Amino acid sequence: MPPLTDHHAATESNGRGTSEMITFEEVSKSWGDNHVLRSLNFHVAPGEKVSIIGPSGSGKTTILRILMTLETPDDGLVSIEREPLWDARGGAKPKETKQMRAICRKIGMVFQSFNLFPHMTAVQNVMEAPVQVLGMSKDDARERAQDLMELVGLSKHLDHKPPELSGGQQQRVAIARALAMRPKILLFDEPTSALDPELIGEVLAVIRDLALSADMTMLMVTHEMRFAEEISDRVVMFDSGRVVEQGPPHKIFKDPDHERTKLFLRAVLER
Amino acid sequence: MIWSNEYAIDILPVLLDGLWLTVRITLLGMGIALVLGLFVAVIRFLKIPVLSALFTFYVLFVRGTPLLAQVYAAFYVLPTYGIRFSALVTGVAVIGINYSAYTAEVYRAGIEGVPAGQWEAAKALSLPHRRTWAKIVLPQSIKTIIPVLGNYWVQMFKDTAILSAITVVELMQSAKTLANSDVRSLEPYTIAGIMYLVISYTASLLVKALERRYAPTH
Ligand SMILES: Nc1ncnc2c1ncn2[C@@H]1O[C@H](COP(=O)(O)OP(=O)(O)OP(=O)(O)O)[C@@H](O)[C@H]1O
Ligand SMILES: [Mg+2]
Repeated sequence: MPPLTDHHAATESNGRGTSEMITFEEVSKSWGDNHVLRSLNFHVAPGEKVSIIGPSGSGKTTILRILMTLETPDDGLVSIEREPLWDARGGAKPKETKQMRAICRKIGMVFQSFNLFPHMTAVQNVMEAPVQVLGMSKDDARERAQDLMELVGLSKHLDHKPPELSGGQQQRVAIARALAMRPKILLFDEPTSALDPELIGEVLAVIRDLALSADMTMLMVTHEMRFAEEISDRVVMFDSGRVVEQGPPHKIFKDPDHERTKLFLRAVLER
Repeated sequence: MIWSNEYAIDILPVLLDGLWLTVRITLLGMGIALVLGLFVAVIRFLKIPVLSALFTFYVLFVRGTPLLAQVYAAFYVLPTYGIRFSALVTGVAVIGINYSAYTAEVYRAGIEGVPAGQWEAAKALSLPHRRTWAKIVLPQSIKTIIPVLGNYWVQMFKDTAILSAITVVELMQSAKTLANSDVRSLEPYTIAGIMYLVISYTASLLVKALERRYAPTH
């Protein structure tokens, strides 16, 4: 397997140690009267695999989108490795800066709807950013892309365009594409919820391998509870833009403290 | 009036000259419309304060007034302010500008048709903005843009006849001049009409082929 990250992560699991990869401090975000995040405090340690669960509309995607700088927080501080990504403390309006773009390169994202570039072949999708952003030569980038396509089990589909691939294959290409930038942090937003049931397994298998073998920090929004239990160091239960409770997966899934979590898990597991 | 083959053959070279000029006006005019329209569409899409509003008004104004009025204004009114160009230059510029307002709308629809997820994926990969436009967004809008632009091109070809109003000797003006000087209108206008018809019909077949080639695949 090719090296996936250029760094070595500390082995901390509670996210509150001295080294922090992702930090949300008192972060708020609202659209009109809809207060999506309310003074959110949330930390992720380097190398930690964290699953976010919670009801629809609780702000899970919004967290990931703020990390991708696709949304701007109204208040609070968001840092990556203690470098401020968004500094909106006191309601200051943060601006996009060069520093921010440099930080952003450490973060990759896998979307619910894949968002592959449909007019490019699979391998071109994976090569695009290494060539354009990292300035790699086409040959080197192709080699990296081929390794990653092998990693996700799609060596035979290098030259296929996304519309010719199944949803599961597309999502695996999307994972390879995100990995090609060797991110320190990989975000997943319900990576399997747009897939037919029979295709979910192949995507989860790829993510599982990553979670078990790579020292990348992973933050995943998911409704696949069994999967979250299996791969996460920590599960975070979200509701109304706040952390309701968090802890090791066996604790959250088997013996949650909060009524809200119990209700949510019952509703999800009964589906 | 009885059709005269002899006369028809006689005037053919003059009409072909006119047709050739019409074709060149269409090529140049469309060139202007394609480039200027893209510029207008991108500026409007970027929602730059003031500038984008200005271009929105530009599109509204150009589309809301008759081409003939614009041609007259440019040729007869602008010179009184010291802005003077030949009829041909004025005509090509006005028709190009006029169509840029339409092509801008075509581009806009094409750009807006690209799903937000494409922009977001490009941003998630930290792709430079220019690269995102050139290699991700525009290539995907081409499918919807190309056939519509083709139709506008055919329409522009016919609209060039309006430039006869400011003495540009394109196909229509050539026919008119012949009809006036020889006092025979049947042959010049008939031949000119056939020329317009043959070219625009052929061109519309090409556009249909393009439409099929770029038909959405998924
Ligand atoms: N661009 C936007 N404009 C207005 N409201 C928005 C916008 N984006 C999100 N919201 C609102 O913010 C709330 C939280 O959205 P978010 O997508 O973060 O929820 P989620 O927890 O990911 O839910 P789901 O499980 O349905 O994906 C929702 O009520 C949503 O309608
Ligand atoms: Mg969501």
